[in-house]
Amino acid sequence: MVIYLDNNATTKVDEEVLEEMLPYLKDEYANPSSMYEFSVKSSNAIADARNKMKDFVGAKSEKEIIFTSCGSESANTAIRGAVAHNKSKKHIITTKVEHPCVMNTYKSLEKQGYRIDYIGVNSNGELDIEELKEKITEDTALVSVMWANNETGVIFPVKEIGEIIKSKNPNTLFFVDAVQAAGKIEMNVKDSNIDLLGVSGHKFHAPKGIGALYVKSSVILPPLITGGHQERGYRAGTENVPYIVGMGKAAELAIDGLKYESTEVKRLRDKLETGILKTTYNSRLNSSITNRVPNTTNIGFEYIEGELILLHLSDLGICASSGSACTSGSLEPSHVLRAMGTPFTSLHGSIRFSLSRYTTEKEIDYVLEKLPRVIDDIIRISPYQEELEHLRKARG
Amino acid sequence: MWKYSDKVMDHYRNPRNVGKIDDADVVGEAGSLTCGDSLKLYLKIKDGIVTDAKFQTFGCGSAVASSSILTEMVIGKHIDEVRKITNADIARELDGLPPEKMHCSVMGHEALEDALKKYYDEEIDFGVNDNKDSRVVCTCFNVTEDIIKEAIEVNGLTTVEDITNYTKAGGACGRCKGDIQKLIDKYAKKSEPKLSPAQLILKINKVIENVIAPELQKDGGDIELIDINENKVYVKLQGRCSSCKNSVLTLKSFVESTLRDKVSNDIEVIQV
Repeated sequence: MVIYLDNNATTKVDEEVLEEMLPYLKDEYANPSSMYEFSVKSSNAIADARNKMKDFVGAKSEKEIIFTSCGSESANTAIRGAVAHNKSKKHIITTKVEHPCVMNTYKSLEKQGYRIDYIGVNSNGELDIEELKEKITEDTALVSVMWANNETGVIFPVKEIGEIIKSKNPNTLFFVDAVQAAGKIEMNVKDSNIDLLGVSGHKFHAPKGIGALYVKSSVILPPLITGGHQERGYRAGTENVPYIVGMGKAAELAIDGLKYESTEVKRLRDKLETGILKTTYNSRLNSSITNRVPNTTNIGFEYIEGELILLHLSDLGICASSGSACTSGSLEPSHVLRAMGTPFTSLHGSIRFSLSRYTTEKEIDYVLEKLPRVIDDIIRISPYQEELEHLRKARG
Repeated sequence: MWKYSDKVMDHYRNPRNVGKIDDADVVGEAGSLTCGDSLKLYLKIKDGIVTDAKFQTFGCGSAVASSSILTEMVIGKHIDEVRKITNADIARELDGLPPEKMHCSVMGHEALEDALKKYYDEEIDFGVNDNKDSRVVCTCFNVTEDIIKEAIEVNGLTTVEDITNYTKAGGACGRCKGDIQKLIDKYAKKSEPKLSPAQLILKINKVIENVIAPELQKDGGDIELIDINENKVYVKLQGRCSSCKNSVLTLKSFVESTLRDKVSNDIEVIQV
């Protein structure tokens, strides 16, 4: 039995998505760029998927969609392309809580001489918009924020940020990493000032190995991967037809499922969250209650360690993830939670549960039934018995 | 997912000897809440024998397993035996730990060392190192030179990554990595298996013929091995190399470093 509550890490491929892909893994193997009748179906399938992706992100034209291999490639293409587009400008603004694929790209640009401002967040994970506004100057090539945070699910107000950017410097480009927003909340780039936006297929029930980048028609980007003329010169390499088709289908299903996300998935998430906070006295919510994607909750368990919680949950068939140092392979706990000033008593014991449209009520009930015992067992081992006793009296 | 041995999994699933001993003779402590793992080790000692041991651990699966097995390893043993337990012993007893998790065994050992130190302070003081004065190398995780030295010597560590895996030092801001490398240069055993004089000569000759000479020949130079005396290798640079202004550089940065890398760390190359 697997109870999968780690959908911000990756998702199950939807059956309908797989069905849609199969012909292109079998008989329809033509290279879409070829000049014969056999290739027409492949090239039409890509055009169709591009159109679906256009609707998914809310772009004006399907020409604004580029297929990539993953979210990281989308981010790299966008960021490195944006600074090349604005090549006289040497200043970039981003946040302290970006995903490593974005963060480490800026670290590498920093070494190349770019000046980067990392905007902070408050204890609820909300961005300091005033600080961001103040930092924008004539020299700002790019502002880059994630739409929703992968660890906490907190949503940044990208529409408002876009307006601020363009009112201060119309030439500054705006990149949004929408990997964790895609499929969870509505995206509409044409009504915003977003110039570049990246998504990753496997976060919304397409397979791993496919992503997309929205590039506003007015922005010209040099390709990250050079070679053939595919993707109108923005991204070389023979098109990954089956995966592109799969992501198109997944996007279509995701648009239809948005209502379900914001009602049913949210209801189950809230039930899980409220239940855990009620039944375990050493837990606290690591984000604001509002302004979150509907599927994510991040809960800190004080004075116990996250990896151990995950191992015990795994023994029960429950899959979640942790911002603890021990699970990351690095020795430092989550940079997101640290940026939020999460108290160190719960920093190492933070667990993220992320649901999907496949999550059932029965699964949530099972977790709620089993988790308190797991937490109790681990509490028993903790050297911080006095502190825990204090908490129990105060909250229990 | 880490690859944990069955024994590690058994110990974090069913930890032995959990809790505190109210009338413990000594309590050893290691780690801290901020660092992400900490351990309290309670010992009852009678007539030099550890009669009971319990632990409380804040940490991951391997930290709990290391603490749990440690209590089993010390109960019933004389403290003279207990003193000899190293972090490598703890890891071995668990049928190994993933490299990134070796610091958990080190924490177990640190708590044990702390307990013994406190015990000996009260009894008679004989010979346990007091590393209070040891220089702090990694300020993020508060790791001292003594801890790193011991990790190098006990586990035969040779890289900065090893040190981070075993002691956490260098695992956060990374500013001390240069320092750690210096400590490796200082404490790591230079060559592992000791070669006999004949083996050494053969190996040096082979490296010069197969690796060094071909490289020099590319630039129109060459090298001749003249003599070997213990760690001193006498060579003659030939061809273009002999008249090259950079011959000293070639000798040190290429010939010597290649021989040190491939044969033994203490080789000194001398031009005849």
